[in-house]
Amino acid sequence: MKKILTSLALIGLVAAGTAAFAAEEAHNAAAPTHFPINEPKEMSWSFTGPFGTYDKAQLQRGLKVYKEVCSACHSMNLVAFRTLSDLGYNDAQIKTLAAGYTVHDGPNDAGDMFDRPGKPSDHFPAPFANEEAAAASNGGAAPPDMSLLAKARGVERGFPQFVFDIFTQYDAGGPDYIHSLLTGYDQTPPAGMVIPEGTHYNPYFMSGVSLKMPKPLSDGQVTYDDGSPQTIDQYARDVSAFLSWAAEPHMEDRKKMGFRVLVFLLLFGALVYMTKRKVWEGVAH
Amino acid sequence: MSEGHSTYTPKTGLGRWFDARMPLPRLVYDSFVAYPVPRNLNYMWTFGGILSIMLVSQIITGIVLAMHYTSDSTLAFDSVEKIMRDVNSGWLLRYMHANGASFFFIAVYVHIFRGLFYGSYKAPRELLWILGCIIYLLMMATGFMGYVLPWGQMSFWGATVITGFFSAIPLVGDWIQQLLLGGFAVDNPTLNRFFALHYLLPFMIAGVVVLHVWALHVVGQSNPTGIEVKSKTDTVAFTPYATIKDAFGMIVFLFFFAYFVFYLPNYLGHADNYIVANPLKTPAHIVPEWYFLPFYAILRAITFNIGPINSKLGGVLCMFGAIAMLFLVPWLDTSKVRSAVYRPWYKLFFWLFVADAILLGWLGSQPAEGSYVFMAQMATLFYFAFFLIIMPVLGLIETPRRVPNSITEAVLEKNKGGSGHPAGAMAAPQTKG
Repeated sequence: MKKILTSLALIGLVAAGTAAFAAEEAHNAAAPTHFPINEPKEMSWSFTGPFGTYDKAQLQRGLKVYKEVCSACHSMNLVAFRTLSDLGYNDAQIKTLAAGYTVHDGPNDAGDMFDRPGKPSDHFPAPFANEEAAAASNGGAAPPDMSLLAKARGVERGFPQFVFDIFTQYDAGGPDYIHSLLTGYDQTPPAGMVIPEGTHYNPYFMSGVSLKMPKPLSDGQVTYDDGSPQTIDQYARDVSAFLSWAAEPHMEDRKKMGFRVLVFLLLFGALVYMTKRKVWEGVAH
Repeated sequence: MSEGHSTYTPKTGLGRWFDARMPLPRLVYDSFVAYPVPRNLNYMWTFGGILSIMLVSQIITGIVLAMHYTSDSTLAFDSVEKIMRDVNSGWLLRYMHANGASFFFIAVYVHIFRGLFYGSYKAPRELLWILGCIIYLLMMATGFMGYVLPWGQMSFWGATVITGFFSAIPLVGDWIQQLLLGGFAVDNPTLNRFFALHYLLPFMIAGVVVLHVWALHVVGQSNPTGIEVKSKTDTVAFTPYATIKDAFGMIVFLFFFAYFVFYLPNYLGHADNYIVANPLKTPAHIVPEWYFLPFYAILRAITFNIGPINSKLGGVLCMFGAIAMLFLVPWLDTSKVRSAVYRPWYKLFFWLFVADAILLGWLGSQPAEGSYVFMAQMATLFYFAFFLIIMPVLGLIETPRRVPNSITEAVLEKNKGGSGHPAGAMAAPQTKG
């Protein structure tokens, strides 16, 4: 049976490989049919792997990039100020940070809507009143909400990579993609490629040759006070890490609990297995 | 088998009092303690137990999730995110529930393939098998509707595509589709009825599981040799033998389950489902959950019209036909020998069928274009040929290997020369009868 299984696996592999090869369209650099043109670059992140944790200093830098750059167009509706304690801020800092925002609230006793300073329980206010307003101000494409962006983006890994990903626990498809996209501007499109007007060429964009969002970051744009390099690459890494936290704030708890659960199951399994051996001892089966 | 005398003797006064009025302890004792199981069951037989704990896990996590979920198309997506962010251990409940569905299907596929390999569907277990097929159908409906509830892009567009199948049915198709949707397109009424049904169906599954287990306890378990139990030495008591083996199988399964829940919770999902449903924006590739992919590939493989049947209806018929095949298996298999262990040719074709199902699954995840379409057509052809040609013909022309006279004989043969010398009453090699 083992022999049959092995040969079947081999046949399957060869067939799948041939098929994937055959399905690859004749490559035409000027009119690509498969996006993104370039696969996202795999970066090294502090939060990947079984013991991954967020780097709080990096998240704080990422928050700064979000506040000073991204938040001009992108909302983050699902993230409350109070959760910023995960980034290492204390209550007073969070209160101050929230108070820096104006929140539209109401109605009050008189039935009027009013503006007030933000409270820790508020969520990040959106830059536009509604999706239509956002689209109208951005060339017809509303900038996506960023709360879940790091989980809502991911380039298909393809065979056999998706099998390896199980063992390497690759879960950084979102941040890798965002980082690659943010650092993927300023490249010259291949000769003959048509870039629609009002869009910007980016070979890492997953739905076409170009996107409406212009290059958002430039060197030195955001001031870091911890001495980290003020480069596009560093900004992109930091904001991708921040968005990973925003999308999955309980990741550290999850992985910590996971390790305990797996160790427990391993020990319990070993005990049950030994018991099973004892019970079945002397019973041929 | 459950035939024969119950050996339960209540030891306390209270026990006797209960036994005379409602012998529930006797039922439990006879079903899960004294119940005789073939002594040669391998770990493939632990998946029934694994499936039952997965069902319980899904129901418990699901009920708690339902306490926090809002089935309104404008609120559903955010309510799920509220569970993920603000509900205590909400992320754990949701990841257990979402991955639990996948692992439920992994277990059910192993369980079904085990049945196909060892001929577990053959007389007298036809009804047991069909009840299992009904459970599988109910699981598919439950899984599909559950995937719609988070109201992400794949939820919405998956629901649009799958309910669209029904419109292919002549005459009543549009009516059925509108009944399912509660309107002309996927919208709030769809979400509400899917939520209601998603809550209902698991309890129907639990009901059919009771019938499945009842039928099992009447006919008894099959076993790797496919030889019926003939004497007491062929069996061991459910407790402690099967209990402890099942427990170990469950723990190993839970280990893999936990690995995904805690380390790769989104691996089996689709990134697009973290984007709120947008009826105006179609995703580039609409893909169903992985456990539907083989059937999705079969659906899309039919790209041609056959007489009055257009390609859409043909695809839908083939897809439902692929599931219907399972119901017919007990009568399609003409072999007198039950287990593939003694059927070299069937064994070969069985593994080819497994490979074919995996290939179909992979094709279902790829866009239906270019050489993928042709491959899907060939794989679909083999899928149906396996049931409609190979199964009936092989049973008539194949020469099986010699089948031992009894389970005990098979076990002793296997252990000959090994250290597994049976002790006590188990030692006597059984003659037939």
